[in-house]
Amino acid sequence: MSMPSTARVPFSHRRIGAMVLRHWYLIRSSWPRVFDLMYWPTVQMLMWGFLQVYMMQNSGFFARAAGTFIAAVMLWDTLFRGQLGFSISFLEEMYSRNIGNLMMSPLRPVEFIVALMIISVIRLAIGMVPVSLLAIWFFGFNLWGLGLALVVFFVNLFLTSWAVAIFVAGLLLRNGLGAESLAWGIMFLFLPLTCVYYPVDVLPPWLQVFAWMLPPTYVFEGMRALIIDHVFRADLMLQGFALNVVLLSAGVIGFLVLLRSARREGTLLQGGD
Amino acid sequence: MTTSSTIAVEKLVKVYKTVTAVDGISFTLETGSCTALLGGNGAGKTTTISIIMGLVEPTSGTVSVLGAQMPRQRHQVLHRMNFESPYVNMPMRLTVRQNLNVFGTLYGCQDVAGRIRALAEELELGDFLDRPTGKLSSGQKTRVALAKSLINQPEILLLDEPTASLDPDTADWVRGRLERYRAERQATVLLASHNMAEVERLCDRVIMMKTGHIEDDDTPARLIARYGRSNLEEVFLDIARGQGEAREAAQ
Repeated sequence: MSMPSTARVPFSHRRIGAMVLRHWYLIRSSWPRVFDLMYWPTVQMLMWGFLQVYMMQNSGFFARAAGTFIAAVMLWDTLFRGQLGFSISFLEEMYSRNIGNLMMSPLRPVEFIVALMIISVIRLAIGMVPVSLLAIWFFGFNLWGLGLALVVFFVNLFLTSWAVAIFVAGLLLRNGLGAESLAWGIMFLFLPLTCVYYPVDVLPPWLQVFAWMLPPTYVFEGMRALIIDHVFRADLMLQGFALNVVLLSAGVIGFLVLLRSARREGTLLQGGD
Repeated sequence: MTTSSTIAVEKLVKVYKTVTAVDGISFTLETGSCTALLGGNGAGKTTTISIIMGLVEPTSGTVSVLGAQMPRQRHQVLHRMNFESPYVNMPMRLTVRQNLNVFGTLYGCQDVAGRIRALAEELELGDFLDRPTGKLSSGQKTRVALAKSLINQPEILLLDEPTASLDPDTADWVRGRLERYRAERQATVLLASHNMAEVERLCDRVIMMKTGHIEDDDTPARLIARYGRSNLEEVFLDIARGQGEAREAAQ
């Protein structure tokens, strides 16, 4: 019998690839899943786009700020669907009663998390790329025209969405599908507080304090500064990034604590409600 | 722990809030042995197997698998183990080949395609290898679950009711394959089952559990002789109904 070495088992890109492949198989096997990835982003973009066209026709300010609503809705979708893409992929494992198989396999929790992050990017790309092209066609708004700033916005929004999704995954492992509603609704708490469609100044002063604690607030303020004032606010992006590092660390630690608790309580095999 | 012990369980206790599921059990499994963990519902079998797999953390006591302490060092040995359980499924929309490909890669197989080909031949999966797993019959799904549990040619195989809900012919076929695998690979098998005929055929040792304790531990033949019964099912009923000691004393 060969004994295990005392060295740490290395992080495996191959195992991460296997998990990405597992979800890619799932997505491509089901056209309703692909349709669902594109449906709501398209509806949202069209609704806010037409509203913006109407306001531009009736307001000098909105005429100058062309694109703020469409950009806001697309960046909000990045935040919301980044989290949802991660959480739904995790829920797919619970629905199919596959969590036990994965938890008893050599897949490490951190590899599982990284695989779900990659899958959330793939799911978002399937939805957002066609929608961004539709926005050019319908409203002449080119999201990709934001250039390097867009990359910075995306990175900050993805980090927030992953931090929240990782923590929710921990809650699902610990509490089973009883925590499912959190996966669908938790990000809506961010919608009013992160000032997606209006400046932070609109909030009462005491609420502004909470808004500035959330990294996406910096992204949406930065987006408005870029589109309205044509200024890239690197200071806002750096502050948002620093908060994201804290939030992501808290999300991962929370996940590991909840996973440990699930091992103690024996809930990893149950997965029900 | 002796050098031939693949699994060593020492004074294992698991308490869920106020319920004691496993209450201070100890046993070792030798390399190449096939052991049954028997007991009624709530006896602690699934909890014991889950702790051995590193899925549940013990309240106290230790479990060593291939020299690794579970669950702390589980990632050092999980690639050398595998399991089959009715509590888990494989993703239904994925084809059998896709599922085996994913699990083969997760378990670190070097030639996953070759391993799938070999398993397809050995377990007669060829006809439905490219069909969605959810569209298979119960017997076919069990064969796929068995293929998944053998994908990494494990040194330790943990089986929880491996033939539950199968017709007698398919169940017999599965038992035959398990026997062959164990003989070929000198694998250590731990089996939880309520099918006593299955246990008598496959296992060379039986650990009888009741309310978290080990009530008895012997070979199937010696248990039957000691309790003065004609088969293992009658021994199981004696122990489950608390008549074990009286029967043994009478013998």
